[in-house]
Amino acid sequence: MKILTSNYITCAVKACKSSTLSFPLHFQDAELVQEEVDFNAEFIVGILPRIEWDALIVTAAELGFTNLPAQKPEPTEEAPLGEQVLKDLHKLLLETQVTEGKLVCGNCQHIYNIHQGIANFLLPNHLV
Amino acid sequence: MYPFGEDDPVKCLVYFAQIHETFRRAELDALGELYGINVEWEDYSDNSPFSIIKLASRREARKLVGRSILAKGIYELWGVAPDYNELHKFVRVNTAKMWPSCMGKSFKFYVEAFNGKRSQSEQHRIIEQFAYLGLDGSISMKNPEMTFNVMEEYKNKHVKAPTRVFLGRLLAVGSRHLVDTYDLKKRHYIGTTSMDAELGLITANFALTAPGKIAYDPFVGTGSFLVSCSQFGAYTLGSDIDGRQVRGKKGRSVLSNFKQYGLVSTYLDGFVSDLTNTPLRKTRFLDAIVCDPPYGVREGLRVLGSRDPEKAKEPVVRDGELRYLQDGYIPPKRPYSFLAMLDDILQFAADHLVSGGRLCFWMPTANEDFSQLDIPTHPELEIVSVCVQEFNKWSRRLLTYSRKKGDPIIEQAASRSAEIAEPEKKKVTADELNTFRKKYFEGFRPVS
Repeated sequence: MKILTSNYITCAVKACKSSTLSFPLHFQDAELVQEEVDFNAEFIVGILPRIEWDALIVTAAELGFTNLPAQKPEPTEEAPLGEQVLKDLHKLLLETQVTEGKLVCGNCQHIYNIHQGIANFLLPNHLV
Repeated sequence: MYPFGEDDPVKCLVYFAQIHETFRRAELDALGELYGINVEWEDYSDNSPFSIIKLASRREARKLVGRSILAKGIYELWGVAPDYNELHKFVRVNTAKMWPSCMGKSFKFYVEAFNGKRSQSEQHRIIEQFAYLGLDGSISMKNPEMTFNVMEEYKNKHVKAPTRVFLGRLLAVGSRHLVDTYDLKKRHYIGTTSMDAELGLITANFALTAPGKIAYDPFVGTGSFLVSCSQFGAYTLGSDIDGRQVRGKKGRSVLSNFKQYGLVSTYLDGFVSDLTNTPLRKTRFLDAIVCDPPYGVREGLRVLGSRDPEKAKEPVVRDGELRYLQDGYIPPKRPYSFLAMLDDILQFAADHLVSGGRLCFWMPTANEDFSQLDIPTHPELEIVSVCVQEFNKWSRRLLTYSRKKGDPIIEQAASRSAEIAEPEKKKVTADELNTFRKKYFEGFRPVS
């Protein structure tokens, strides 16, 4: 699972949706892999407004990336984002992925396994 | 006749493939929407591959058709007439101003006949009759600077003379070659319900997928729609309740399909989940949702939960460990109604699509049943197009919706969901919940 995807993932349990503790889910025992993919500045610029920055900071820190700015970069027409900022974001959001590990809900503590990069969000009967 | 500059308005001949007829106009309209091009339809019929449209410029014409799957090409229309005499008369009078700009350019001349056939010598004779254009460039079959097409349309295969003849100069060809590139026969990883390449690509066009956008398929299966969306540059995300589908086996998986087509850079993720218990946060971040929901004939329509509503709602522990954390655990699933699933998809789309984002999904129906009323609706989704693919006794429709602008007005839209939800609390079978499945297995007998 890529870091970008994790920014859109919350606990699948319906009762957790209203709790602020259920997002972001917390990575545990994560095995990280860096895989180079094509850089697309347009995509990063376009996705930035749709990112929950505070959650991204939490996720990144849990995986050992602590160099994100505290505030989301706000590009303007006069001051667009620099190439390096975009490339750093690209590297974190699209090239960093968790191949093995767990995602844990901070509200209900339910554990979702990640295996071969694919997370499983199916719920047992008692949580449906 | 219009002026002839690159940025002058132009009347164009669109040469369509004579297949999936009800999708053709909707596909070009979708591409018009994507590129902000106003397509004015002057002449169109499902029975003809030839259509005439008006556009603001030749530049727009090239852009519009460039990634169309159903348009083979777009041409400046130099003339259309019921026979050759009339055509030549028209072309001589109305296109003479164009001729000087054609001088010294290499060219080729084609003759194509719809519902008819022309021998090599007949084709030459037809081409020679255009000698008055005075083209003096060299003839180049491989890389001509200009391509002229003479198109003939015959009413049927038995008549001798064409009913319409056209002369056009090629502006751009479409992307029908992709149908071959993405042919399922050549794809490494497919399943019994993989969408064929042509309709998958058409769906991706209807969904307005483009570079920088995100598309999601909640019933991803082997990833047919996602590779089509990524072909047009979109970043893609997929999930399925059946983890085996996403993971694949022996190196064949959704990911390996992306590798095969060189599209790995735009594949975001695949995960295992159920749309009725989605882990996706309720935020409007998707540009497109494309899917062919399971309707229960080949793959039973199931969602999470136990078939028996009385079943214990306590976590199951085995060998002192939570069962669901153990390897090989498969959560219980219960049959679900197709109509309820459609409502869930619409609500999901309203919750997750950006303004103007598109929902495209396929819906099967028994032919005798269908009326416009059967198209599911949602107050935040506007119906853009309904296109039908006919089979013998049933058909399927590609429904396309656009997410209206503004914030959600209504939390829960569907009253139908409430009606359907009630009987589902009892034990039910797949057939009781799914009339299409029932009819399919009964062979679509008329209702007595």
